[in-house]
Amino acid sequence: MTLLSCRNLTKSYAGVTVLHDAGFELRAGEVHALVGENGAGKSTLCRILCGITPPDAGEMQLGGRRHAPRSRHQAESAGVRMVMQELNLLPTLSVAENIYLGALPRRLGVINYAKLNADAERAVRAIGLRDVHAAQPVSSLGIGQAQLVEIAAALVTRCGVLVLDEPTAALTTREIDLLFAHLRRLKSEGVGIIYVSHRMEEIRAMADRITILRDGRHIATRAVNDITHDETVRLMVGRDLSAAAAELRPESTAGARRGAARVAMRVENLHRLPAVRDVSFTLREGEILGFAGLMGSGRTETMRAIFAADRADSGKIYLGGSPEPVRIRHPRDAVRRGIAFLTEDRKAQGLLLPSSIQDNTTLARMGSVSRLRFWINRRAERATARGYIDKLSTRCKSPDQSVVELSGGNQQKVVLAKWLFRDSRVLIFDEPTRGIDVGAKFEIYRLLRELASGGKAIIVVSSDLLELTAIADRIAVMSAGRLVETFDRGQWTQEKIMEAALSGYTSAAATSMAAAGRVESV
Amino acid sequence: MSNDITAPSVEIAPPLPPRRRRLSLGLITDQLGLIAVLALLIAGFAFTTPHFFTRDNFTTIFNQMPATVLCAVGMTYVLIIGGVDLSVGSVLGLSGGVVGVLMTGAHPQPLWIAVLAALGAGALCGLLNGLIVVTWSVPSFVVTLGMLEIARGATHWLTASRTAYIGSRAGTIADLSLGGLSLPVYIALAAVIIGQFVLSRTVFGRYMIAVGTNEEAVRLSGISTRPVKTAVFVIAGLCAAAGAVMDVSRSQASNPNAGTGLELDVIAAVVIGGTSLMGGRGSVASSLLGVAIIAVLSSGLAARGVRDETKRLITGTVIVAAVILDYYRLRFIKR
Repeated sequence: MTLLSCRNLTKSYAGVTVLHDAGFELRAGEVHALVGENGAGKSTLCRILCGITPPDAGEMQLGGRRHAPRSRHQAESAGVRMVMQELNLLPTLSVAENIYLGALPRRLGVINYAKLNADAERAVRAIGLRDVHAAQPVSSLGIGQAQLVEIAAALVTRCGVLVLDEPTAALTTREIDLLFAHLRRLKSEGVGIIYVSHRMEEIRAMADRITILRDGRHIATRAVNDITHDETVRLMVGRDLSAAAAELRPESTAGARRGAARVAMRVENLHRLPAVRDVSFTLREGEILGFAGLMGSGRTETMRAIFAADRADSGKIYLGGSPEPVRIRHPRDAVRRGIAFLTEDRKAQGLLLPSSIQDNTTLARMGSVSRLRFWINRRAERATARGYIDKLSTRCKSPDQSVVELSGGNQQKVVLAKWLFRDSRVLIFDEPTRGIDVGAKFEIYRLLRELASGGKAIIVVSSDLLELTAIADRIAVMSAGRLVETFDRGQWTQEKIMEAALSGYTSAAATSMAAAGRVESV
Repeated sequence: MSNDITAPSVEIAPPLPPRRRRLSLGLITDQLGLIAVLALLIAGFAFTTPHFFTRDNFTTIFNQMPATVLCAVGMTYVLIIGGVDLSVGSVLGLSGGVVGVLMTGAHPQPLWIAVLAALGAGALCGLLNGLIVVTWSVPSFVVTLGMLEIARGATHWLTASRTAYIGSRAGTIADLSLGGLSLPVYIALAAVIIGQFVLSRTVFGRYMIAVGTNEEAVRLSGISTRPVKTAVFVIAGLCAAAGAVMDVSRSQASNPNAGTGLELDVIAAVVIGGTSLMGGRGSVASSLLGVAIIAVLSSGLAARGVRDETKRLITGTVIVAAVILDYYRLRFIKR
């Protein structure tokens, strides 16, 4: 039974058509995956369905009736709910208040906190969040936890159509399993689920049908069982994925070369309690060192401490094989010494969103595009930005274009351009492909490889094990704030990595950790 | 074949069309709306009000503007970094007081020493504002609100709340004139031109906009944001002090209540010019037009004999209307 259908949807922004006569059908009780590359129109399509953006042309039907929501609220009243890719929570309110915002239980006009918190606690448990309390402010949550709270909020009210845009981007495997169990239950209740994701293995596990969009057009809709993984990707990008993946693998000779390569950075006994405990590792030129671990295992915190985005409690950092440790007390010191940090949250920490590509590219090294570090040489600036646009194949209209208009993958390239222009030698990538689609992901991987073979030392923090095993030369695994194991290429399996990632959370380890914590706090 | 695979999956960016330099065209289109509003106001008053559209009247309007324009230059910077400076009126009062005290005391000092001391006082107030804001991450609203009181208190303490009549020795600056316009008008104009160029063409200007847009991204790009923010408050203090010198020179007296409430006029003018209170966006040249719009409105209404309370109602409406217009202008540009 068709639940929601749309036809001939067209939408353009600033003269660029992002959706071109697109249409598709959603049946009751199905999970319908929506896939496509950067700018294929998935997010725009979802935004139209949910009343956030009106279409320029085209029509939609919901349960046999015309569906033309003029606001998100109207769409929700009609039973269409959406979990957005970007978090939409209010950080200062509690988890419970966020979940029930708009439908807060009241008694005599006053919020009934007892009921609110009890209900929210149930919703949070149901989605599988163990260490989150209903009364806790959202600002105290990690990004993965916040994402689950957002999903929980969408699930507490009944709906006919649920739109999930990249719901698993920040989730761990266990959290994903819990989410999927939920989705199956909703499915059995007849809810139609639109599932936007770049993760093919999830789509194959979860979806019934798959619709492929490319350049704003509808390319194909198939039952998941009728289409192979490779064919899907070919339709999305017009290329062969497995061959591309093989291309990425470092050659065997690279390993031998690495053994002799110079040390780029050595970190010794880095502490930043409670998240980072006694982390030591060595990074060589020309290698990609992956950092695996569960959400909250201290990977991001370690990188922030190295970069002095947060001040470390103690620890030494040596650069370029020098026997003297360097003093890094401000990100300025780290940047001067050739360390770059590409943060997990590009929009909030990496980019000047309303500013141009050009201004973002030169920000970290204005001295080179100005006379006497004062007078900006716009021509040099523009040439620089253009050079990196070509080099990284950034898709944009011109160097003057505002980065807010770019897709996630292209925004990431702008951040990368900034650091390449700064001539950084150690590049730390925190979740480099979060919210970036398959085709662009491979481009980022290819760039990482190119940079490594050009002699850069690269750290990649990622929650995507497939990603790490595809591109890393070595993988360091963190668990409960400690670096528990480092695997060389060839030695690892997904199971071994997972085991190491969990090792810090066993009861024995937890006890010894608590004891250590007491000693440290004395 | 492998070449095909490793080739970028997105098509290479299309050849970029040659673009005109931004300054010439962009600046004017950005300001077109304000110029239109100003022209309409002048035309409206010219046709309905006798003695408005005369050389004398415009000379008077221009000669009253320099202090406000100078303060507006500094205020534009402060708003661009996402702050606000409520102390400009009081700092103007204090700097004027310094000039008065030095030139009329037991050992009267020459004008140039008094001017330097006044600028020093303004810079010091700005420095305090800036250092407190960056050291304790206190909102500038609160810090400068404190400075508003402190500087005014210091002025009254310094001058014993008395107006100092300096006489023609103070008039050296304002008495110089060219084409009916006094030197302060040219100084203020120069400040606007320099201020606009520093904003749009220098590294410091770029840092200001960047800090106002996303301070954390700037910090994580390895740039110290504290010196930038502190410098902006110092500039705002210096601008207020320069404004004080212009005013004292024009009136040849220093009144301890000078500049009371000026901060709100200045903020209004800058906001009318389209500078965002949220930071990251603004233009010094537009602020000048904002000051001119308020000045013309005020003078025109006075010439029509409109009562003061009505003037305030109208001025307030214009400020709010300007912000609403700016909203539509931005939406139009985004299309």
